[in-house]
Amino acid sequence: MKKFFKIILIIFFSLGFLFQKVYSAEKQKLLKVDWSFKGYFGKFDRASLQRGYQVYNEVCASCHSMKYLSYRNLAEKGGPEFSKEEAKAIAANFEVTDGPNDDGEMFTRPAKLSDKFVNPYQNDKEAAASNGGAYPPDMSVLVKARSGGANYIYSVLLGYEDPPSGVTLDDGVYYNKYMYGNNIKMPKVLEDDLVVYNDGTVASEEQMAKDVVTFLAWAAEPHLEARHRIGFKAIIYLIILSFLAYFSMKRLWSRIESKI
Amino acid sequence: MSDNYVPSSKLGKWFNDRLPLLSLSAHLREYPTPKNLNYWWTFGGILTFCLITQIITGIVLAMHYVAHADLAFDSVEHIMRDVNYGWLIRYVHANGASMFFLAVYIHIFRALYYGSYKEPREVIWIIGMIIYLLMMMTAFMGYVLPWGQMSFWGATVITNLFSAIPLFGESITNWLWGGYAVDNPTLTRFFSLHYLLPFLILGLVILHIWALHVPGNNNPIGIDLKKPSKDTVPFHPYIVIKDIFALLLFLLVFAFFVFYSPNVLGHSDNYIEANPLVTPAHIVPEWYLLPFYAILRSVPDKLLGVVAMFASIFILVILPWLDTSKVRSAIFRPIYKQFYWILVLDVLVLGYMGAMPAEGLYLLIARVATAYYFIHFLIILPLLGNKEKTLPIPLSITEPVLGGAPKTSMVKKDKLN
Repeated sequence: MKKFFKIILIIFFSLGFLFQKVYSAEKQKLLKVDWSFKGYFGKFDRASLQRGYQVYNEVCASCHSMKYLSYRNLAEKGGPEFSKEEAKAIAANFEVTDGPNDDGEMFTRPAKLSDKFVNPYQNDKEAAASNGGAYPPDMSVLVKARSGGANYIYSVLLGYEDPPSGVTLDDGVYYNKYMYGNNIKMPKVLEDDLVVYNDGTVASEEQMAKDVVTFLAWAAEPHLEARHRIGFKAIIYLIILSFLAYFSMKRLWSRIESKI
Repeated sequence: MSDNYVPSSKLGKWFNDRLPLLSLSAHLREYPTPKNLNYWWTFGGILTFCLITQIITGIVLAMHYVAHADLAFDSVEHIMRDVNYGWLIRYVHANGASMFFLAVYIHIFRALYYGSYKEPREVIWIIGMIIYLLMMMTAFMGYVLPWGQMSFWGATVITNLFSAIPLFGESITNWLWGGYAVDNPTLTRFFSLHYLLPFLILGLVILHIWALHVPGNNNPIGIDLKKPSKDTVPFHPYIVIKDIFALLLFLLVFAFFVFYSPNVLGHSDNYIEANPLVTPAHIVPEWYLLPFYAILRSVPDKLLGVVAMFASIFILVILPWLDTSKVRSAIFRPIYKQFYWILVLDVLVLGYMGAMPAEGLYLLIARVATAYYFIHFLIILPLLGNKEKTLPIPLSITEPVLGGAPKTSMVKKDKLN
């Protein structure tokens, strides 16, 4: 009887293992980056965040909105940490519609720190219409909205290739190794030296992809640094408390065990 | 209740004669508990902690959340970004649901292993199953509230199940939705119920504990005890300190998820705002509902699938009468012990298949596992009760307790002497 059960156990586990293999083979392995924000003490690389904002602003922002971010976030702790003046100057480059004023008129004014990132399009329909029917997704939480997260976005940015022979693409569709279904409506955007970094970093394709993905990861999870910091303290606290509880328990129970 | 308890102060006595709260607290402190309870028994306390945590974090979240189809997703992002420690409260609440289910599954499987559902504890078990059912409903409706893609499509799939009911199916689904599709009225009623149900659960938890305190705890060797006796210890401080220690270890796991992998148990699609025009490639429920989802999909007929899914839960309610064995603990049931572990494996397999697309080999395995699930409860357990040769059971805890964990080999030796 026991043997029978053992055999069943072995069959189940080997089947599970087999599935894992088959399943993982179907997926294209993503490019992996050693992100500064991974791990228990992970923090964002400030310089990379600032460069990433520059790439977002000069390249992505012409199509992709970031509706949950405000200009003030750029100066907040744990983010790119631009100085308040720099963030104000960044905001002032954008125009927002405000109002109505006392005359009942809407008016435009330069954006302030408290304003949300200005959307490149009036609405989603315009965004879709301007991009061949494909709506460029809002990038505020994009890193959390894709399985694979930062590595996935990084891979897609660098995954453009000529389609393999036999694959024909429709107009306005591009081939991407890492995209789900391999068809993407966003053209390849990153080229070496597309932007000129203020800090003199060489703007290679990989560098820009890395910087902009770091920026997007922060945008999706602006309190990540606080989370890691508090988490570490919480776990240390719990470990110490567990020891105290354990020794209290041993001491209390020793009364019972000695009595028997 | 401790009838012999007399408060020491005059005021205490005056109050206690009118409302015996002090007697109740004395009862809870003195409550005789088997001294050989192992760590699987600490999950009752852990579950109470989980429920309270969910209620407190939930109340705070509800202060900032907006239950409206156009605003819900934005308000969740507002909580994550602009509310002070909003990210922490939301991550504790979201991961807290998973931790709650993790603990409840351990709690249920502990009861299955040690036969805690058997006479005289059937009512505790049935109340527990009602709590479990309400938990699943609450968790499902809570998952809908962020109004992401999985929220919306999960709600669509699950509410559509009711359309399988003959004749009234469509009317019932429309009534559930408050319209002709999952939309704002669905969201607002789910929010309302998601706020209500936890308090019903809390009430049932009190009944669950009350019902427990009538016969007292079961224990690893599953024998009836004289209470209080050498075999028992007062609940306070002995069990309290042990529960606290176990809770702290549980919290370490909890903290790991909240602080270092807060989104690993959720689905990334739920960070995409709900869009009725775009169906996600795979619609999957949260991990803790996957075994039932697998059962649902493994039956080719929609109505029968729904029936099978509900039957898989109802079968647990009548379990005390399906298991015919008089011996409670699996320690003394060598054959049942084997079948128990196969059932555990079977449920894990069902969970895995629930996450996979329902096709090909996956579907075949899901079907076999579903069939086995029902065979275990409907055929194996009733037959096993009469056929199985159980091992001799000790008369008191004190024997096995002295030698550490109760060992079947020890018991056998005693018999030979």
